[in-house]
Amino acid sequence: MAFMGDMMNPAPLWQNGPSPGAFYNFPGNSSTFGPGNRSAQDFKAHSATPITTTTTVIGLKFDKGIVIAADTLGSYGTLARFRDCPRVMKVNDLILLGSGGDYADFQYLKDIIEQKIIDEKCVGDGLLLKPRSLYCWLTRVLYNKRSKMDPLWNNYVVAGIQDGEPFLGAVDKLGTAYEDAAIATGLGAYMATPLLREAVDKGNLDEQSAKAIVRKCMEVLFYRDARAFQRYQLGVVTADGVVIDDVAEIKHDWSLAHMIHMK
Amino acid sequence: MSSIGTGYDLSASQFSPDGRVFQVEYAAKAVENSGTVIGLRGKDGVVFAVEKLVTSKLYEPGANKRIFHVDEHVGMAVAGLISDARQIVETARSEASNYRSQYGIPVPLKYLNERVSMYMHAYTLYSAVRPYGCSVVMGTWTEHEGPQMYMLDPSGVAFSYFGCAVGKAKQAAKTEIEKLKLADMTVKELVKEAARIIYLVHDELKDKQFELELSWVCAATEGRHELVPRDVASEAENTAKQALADIEDSDDGDM
Amino acid sequence: MAASVINTYADPSMPEWLSAPHSTGTSIMACEFNGGVVIGADSRTTTGAYIANRVTDKLTRITDHIYCCRSGSAADTQAIADIVTYHLNFHKMELGEEPLVQTAAAIFRELCYNYRDSLVAGILVAGWDKKKGGQIYSVPIGGMVQRQAVSIGGSGSSYVYGYVDANFKPNMSKEEAVKFVTSTLTLAMLRDGSSGGVVRLGVITESGVERSVVLGNQLPKFYEG
Repeated sequence: MAFMGDMMNPAPLWQNGPSPGAFYNFPGNSSTFGPGNRSAQDFKAHSATPITTTTTVIGLKFDKGIVIAADTLGSYGTLARFRDCPRVMKVNDLILLGSGGDYADFQYLKDIIEQKIIDEKCVGDGLLLKPRSLYCWLTRVLYNKRSKMDPLWNNYVVAGIQDGEPFLGAVDKLGTAYEDAAIATGLGAYMATPLLREAVDKGNLDEQSAKAIVRKCMEVLFYRDARAFQRYQLGVVTADGVVIDDVAEIKHDWSLAHMIHMK
Repeated sequence: MSSIGTGYDLSASQFSPDGRVFQVEYAAKAVENSGTVIGLRGKDGVVFAVEKLVTSKLYEPGANKRIFHVDEHVGMAVAGLISDARQIVETARSEASNYRSQYGIPVPLKYLNERVSMYMHAYTLYSAVRPYGCSVVMGTWTEHEGPQMYMLDPSGVAFSYFGCAVGKAKQAAKTEIEKLKLADMTVKELVKEAARIIYLVHDELKDKQFELELSWVCAATEGRHELVPRDVASEAENTAKQALADIEDSDDGDM
Repeated sequence: MAASVINTYADPSMPEWLSAPHSTGTSIMACEFNGGVVIGADSRTTTGAYIANRVTDKLTRITDHIYCCRSGSAADTQAIADIVTYHLNFHKMELGEEPLVQTAAAIFRELCYNYRDSLVAGILVAGWDKKKGGQIYSVPIGGMVQRQAVSIGGSGSSYVYGYVDANFKPNMSKEEAVKFVTSTLTLAMLRDGSSGGVVRLGVITESGVERSVVLGNQLPKFYEG
């Protein structure tokens, strides 16, 4: 908001006038750029921690597409504060995007991505942003933010169809990126990845079995991740397009409790 | 324009003694030379139809389109100098995008129209610039407010319309539009009427070739501005051609 | 609400989010009902442990139909509310009609997100508009925004999440909603040292706002053993 910039950074007292020495002290010159010449205003506070956070995102590749899942809890520290934080978004007919981490940062980037898509539709040439392009763009945005010491505190999972082939990739808050057939972020990286990889290694995954495995992972995470929630979104992208199911609910099974002998 | 060349038509920043700004009137002339553009507001949406004149057979089909998307929910059909119009489209797009990023909701058409009008009007005030040689029609449909449509002049004046026409055959087109019961009609019906009117008012002797552009923004598209699907558009176009042929036949019969 | 943010629990080994909510010495709440929204707040402003003001009004007018409940730094939230009020008044003139609650929430969010590193502000934006009726948007510290049917905020809220979850019903009558908000805030004030005083209320409907107050000695009684 432009009007705020002026309020937070008041103009110098003698506006538009040269400051003393301005004509011979060039930027980067040792007399102006040393650590000794820093004043308190030159230092800026930066996001040290995320505030409202979301946990794991899961992505799994199958023969004709990708499944993505993420629960809908926005945690405020340990407080389960917001129970309806959708974070699996349809970018266009080729891309599904999942996010974990700071929810405010996700909302910020989501707005930017949505405007990108509108701009693209305005061009009206019928071309669509492809998953690899968004994946690459995300690495640049996140890396640039981290280089300003002000990272967007998120993990992104990009799923899509690139030239007829399924694509799955992840980008973290530093801009580090990798592609894999199975991706789980956050605590899920420890607990869901082995389950997903087992399925990938067996081969011949179809949509139904991929969905079943991802649902199983969400259940395991619900039991074992203290920031997980029983309601989650599940989305699928194939050559036919993107479908995000209505929010599903995990059916808990606590029959295990009977096997513990109570004294 | 009676008093051409009296020296008061060289700049948009000077009035003539009888209180006119000639540069603005000349800009309106540029619009009148353009292919006809019509906008129809029905009960469930807005339909745009453009008679895009093709001045050379060497152009690829579909080149130099005259219907644009401004935002997901706003469409714009333009008449006049295409390059001027494209700049207006860009202005409208950035206004729409700014509104979204500041207020988190799609821009209301009333507001967008005011902003774009203000921009066009600014170009009628200074000697260093010339007014835009184009008129634009903007339309939208929202669940809450239903269909809305505005037409904007080079002078920066804009009105909300039930039906409007601009360009070469605007008079003939308006006469046809006035015969319609717009408020009771659906976009499905309006597309056919729009195509028929464009074919009817097209002057085959002066302008040989033209392409019909059709778009709509309505309840059926969930408030998104879209080109009319090919099958619907070609059906409307065929009906229009047939209607025209029937008229010509009956004219022959009379003779 | 803290007149100045004095963090008595500062511990470098603790993550910041553990200590951040402590600066919000307040209990605020907003609740949808069948004709609009009820907003409420306690009235205590503290500087450390000292009560700088015992009859504060933390419900701040933005437009005739949009209010906000402020928690966090008094200076920050007042400044933000002033800016949003200015901005929305201008927007109202441009539009020629009452702004939407969603629009107000978007402006709050924009400011709270862009300046999240220098602000301590947890705000509930509540109001009525002709498009969506009564609405509540929560804009907590990190600068996210979320619409909620009922929302609580401030340090006192941590003690009453259970009460809210157990007692909230969609489509309450105005009287039910007022009673629910009053009880919730009373319970929060009883358990939160940084909240207290009176319960200030506002009922926002199509016809505007009705303000009222429940004095500290007239609050509902609960178990105090």
